[in-house]
Amino acid sequence: MIKVLIDGKAGAVKEGATVLEAARMLNIPIPTLCHHPKLSPFGGCRLCIVEIKGIPRPVTSCTTPVTEGMEVTTSTPALEDLRKTVLELILSDHPNDCMLCERAGDCTLQELAYFYDVKENRFAGERRIYEKKDGNPFIERDMEKCILCGRCVNACEEIQGVSAIDFAYRGFKSKICPPYEHDLNCEFCGQCVAVCPTGALTGKGWSHKGRQKDIKEVDTTCPYCGTGCGITLHVKRNEVVRVTSKESGWNEGWLCAKGRFGYSFIGSPERLRTPLIKEAAGGFREASWDEALEYAAKRLKEIKEKHGPDSIGGLSSARCTNEDNYLFQKFMRAAIGTNNVDHCARL
Amino acid sequence: MKNKEIGIKICMGTGGIAAGGTQVMEAFTEHLRSSGIEASVEKRCSMHRVGCRGLCAKDVLVDILIDGDKTTYQYITSEMVPRIVKEHLIEGAPIEEWTVGEDYHNFHRKQVKVVLSDCGNIDPEDINAYIAVGGYEATKAAVKSMTPEEVIDIIKKSGLRGRGGAGFPTGLKWEICNKIQSDHKYIICNADEGDPGAFMDRSVIEGNPHAVIEGMIIGAYSIGAAGGYVYIRAEYPLAVERLKIALRQARENNFLGNKILGRGFLNFDIKIKLGAGAFVCGEETALIASIEGRRGMPRAKPPFPVYSGLWGKPTVINNVETLANIPYIMRKGAGWFSSYGTEKSKGTKVFALTGKVKNSGLIEVPMGIPLREIIYDIGGGIEGEKALKAVQTGGPSGGCIPADMIDIKMDYESLAQAGSIVGSGGMIVLDEDDCMVNVAKYFLQFTQAESCGKCVPCRIGTKRLLEILDKITKGQGTEDDLKLLEKLGSDIKSASLCGLGQTAPNPILSTLKYFRQEYEAHLEGRCPAKVCRDLLTYSVIEKFCTGCGACKRVCPAGAVTGEKKKPHTIDSSLCIKCGACFDVCKFKAVAKE
Ligand SMILES: Cc1cc2nc3c(=O)[nH]c(=O)nc-3n(C[C@H](O)[C@H](O)[C@H](O)COP(=O)(O)O)c2cc1C
Ligand code: SF4
Ligand code: SF4
Ligand code: SF4
Repeated sequence: MIKVLIDGKAGAVKEGATVLEAARMLNIPIPTLCHHPKLSPFGGCRLCIVEIKGIPRPVTSCTTPVTEGMEVTTSTPALEDLRKTVLELILSDHPNDCMLCERAGDCTLQELAYFYDVKENRFAGERRIYEKKDGNPFIERDMEKCILCGRCVNACEEIQGVSAIDFAYRGFKSKICPPYEHDLNCEFCGQCVAVCPTGALTGKGWSHKGRQKDIKEVDTTCPYCGTGCGITLHVKRNEVVRVTSKESGWNEGWLCAKGRFGYSFIGSPERLRTPLIKEAAGGFREASWDEALEYAAKRLKEIKEKHGPDSIGGLSSARCTNEDNYLFQKFMRAAIGTNNVDHCARL
Repeated sequence: MKNKEIGIKICMGTGGIAAGGTQVMEAFTEHLRSSGIEASVEKRCSMHRVGCRGLCAKDVLVDILIDGDKTTYQYITSEMVPRIVKEHLIEGAPIEEWTVGEDYHNFHRKQVKVVLSDCGNIDPEDINAYIAVGGYEATKAAVKSMTPEEVIDIIKKSGLRGRGGAGFPTGLKWEICNKIQSDHKYIICNADEGDPGAFMDRSVIEGNPHAVIEGMIIGAYSIGAAGGYVYIRAEYPLAVERLKIALRQARENNFLGNKILGRGFLNFDIKIKLGAGAFVCGEETALIASIEGRRGMPRAKPPFPVYSGLWGKPTVINNVETLANIPYIMRKGAGWFSSYGTEKSKGTKVFALTGKVKNSGLIEVPMGIPLREIIYDIGGGIEGEKALKAVQTGGPSGGCIPADMIDIKMDYESLAQAGSIVGSGGMIVLDEDDCMVNVAKYFLQFTQAESCGKCVPCRIGTKRLLEILDKITKGQGTEDDLKLLEKLGSDIKSASLCGLGQTAPNPILSTLKYFRQEYEAHLEGRCPAKVCRDLLTYSVIEKFCTGCGACKRVCPAGAVTGEKKKPHTIDSSLCIKCGACFDVCKFKAVAKE
């Protein structure tokens, strides 16, 4: 363990820990925008600068490993002044239309602007103006709101292993985009959306569906596959308007395209609400669960008697849990008496 | 001229080739042959391609050596070759009016050539030419009879500091790397040279690539590296070509490859990695990212590359000039090297002397030489006998030294104290016709466009600085803007991630420090040097105007009116301030204010 003194508080952290991690462990707040605990440090937003005894200039706490006996100061008038300059610079190149932004109330940038009381901007000047033209089905990319924190780029590369987006151009014109500025054409896992600290990346399906304060969050498990990622349904007036996932869950907040964006079936009018029985004359009629189950049991027995158990096959679903699938094969083998059982994920 | 030893050396650096060096060379080959000289003196007449010899403004430079007697010609074109062959080579009478004058000799007199000592004298495409002047002796001595620690000791004692900008002691860097245990280490030669106007490293590689390679071999031996890279911009095709040839020859001679010079344990080879011309890729961590196939973006240090560099392995990065010094230090000794320079800045430094100076070109001077001697003795003074205003050193990361500080010593410490840097060696001489606000704006435009975009202060901050400068050059600035420049400039320096952002405000801060009155004049709507377009007005001085109509014909905006032979007038509401009338008027009747 390495000993460190931050703002007069002593602590011990394991080798390789950064100053920021040590500070957070000691409950000392340091503002950040580009830092994400699950991604490699970037050091671009410069908000987490601190003073370290023996180093002549401020350094970013997110990139600096703690060394034995290090003495750190996280807040001085000079540091806060630099932070305010940096924030003002970011906001001087930002649409600042929080009133209409999907992320209002749930945006790190907005929070910091409030905290640092950035009202007037000494650096007002040209702003990057981009046309919103990405025709992909899931992700809204409003690059005028992008602060180039690089989180999306890192998440895409380090978590998803896809590298569908990266920095392009230089200087003030720097921009995050897919190669050749084509429309995004990737796995649409949405990890980038999950890590974006601003309103630059949001779900297309989320737009104008409600502010976070009016939303009830319901923690549950994703029903799509047996992996069982933890998800949080954002419910407004009994409608699921967005799905997110918490970093504290075992899947660390990462989801796949289906889990993150494929929730519209929940409220779909086409979704079955009762069992249906196919009539001899053709067409379906609604039935109760008891009736449907009895009917199925009766027919299975009849077929087994007449044609033998191997005339029946069972196919189960990846969307069921392991336990369900176990029971299903047991049912096929023990109750029906056949090995004709398979699973959609094996196809 | 029978039985005389004739040598012809033609300047074939990029400058020489641009001025027609290839054609001059062809013309010599052809005329020597047709004059029959070839038949009698063929064996003795060596026609070398030599690299840069510094005074690029006078290209093509040609040396004729007859039994060791050297005559140097300047501004030679292929049409002049027949006369040289006839009168000088055949009849033995040099053509006086074409030879270089006093200023050429002055240009060389105060220089001390270490890195450039063989540039311009040997054929860079022939390893034997380098070997003939002592090349690779240092490698042999080091590899065969010294330990890596002994080599490092010599470099440490020499006091050599990195020539890439930061001035870190080279021996110390090697020592740190030497002590780290690792299965793999790398040495990288930084030949990115992205500062506008810089051509030092390029000239060294074009003129003497083997010295750089030898420096890398000795470095690799010292730190225990098996892999080497030269990171060089693709815009330097001649340097790349010569480097390729040199690497091939070095391999053929077993200075590179496996079992170097028969030493079983010694394997080292060098790869060339072409850069795409981004200034920031000269920054060491960005350069490493670029070699690794990523976007050239710096990362925060620590860890420094000597601990974790290319592919996470210990890596030494050295500048071209730093490396080219190594073989000479090894051959002539640390004491010899450190006899040049000042207490803390040893040896010599190559500068690219440009701007309003009479003799522009590549120079090498001892560290600590007074700036005055560079400008007036080597540079021959200011062009057109105008007044010197300032000297900009260190390129976009540097600052301006005002004329009244011309006795400043050119070393790391003195320049830093004056708010500038030695940097990689750019040196731009500015005279009374240069506007300091505009100079600052020029460099800011460059750094802003070259910022990698990673961090906020540099990406957005330099843009805001530039916007404020733009406002000032348009006469719309206020006193508050000057304060904001200073405040934002100093914040950008403190908060930026890499050296690019940390130094980008220097051109503004140093001009504000020494030329504040010039900024203030702009606030009042005047550009004292008459450079800032928006602050100029053009008018006709009636008493000088002959009514010739030249201005009226050239004006693209139709702003000039007037009858023939009568004084003309310029309508300032139509004038776009292009200055065409001012340039065309033979009677100095157009006033620019
Ligand atoms: C923006 C930027 C550009 C740089 N460009 C160069 C360059 O073109 N060549 C170079 O040798 N060093 C350059 N450097 C310095 C390198 O990062 C590094 O310090 C140097 O190559 C180390 O070699 P040295 O110790 O031999 O000087 C640059 C630094 C910065 C911050
Ligand atoms: S959706 Fe997933 S794959 Fe696509 S860009 Fe974002 S992180 Fe990368
Ligand atoms: S899109 Fe979001 S996550 Fe990506 S760089 Fe911009 S602000 Fe950061
Ligand atoms: S200072 Fe500029 S060049 Fe350096 S990392 Fe930051 S944005 Fe990139």
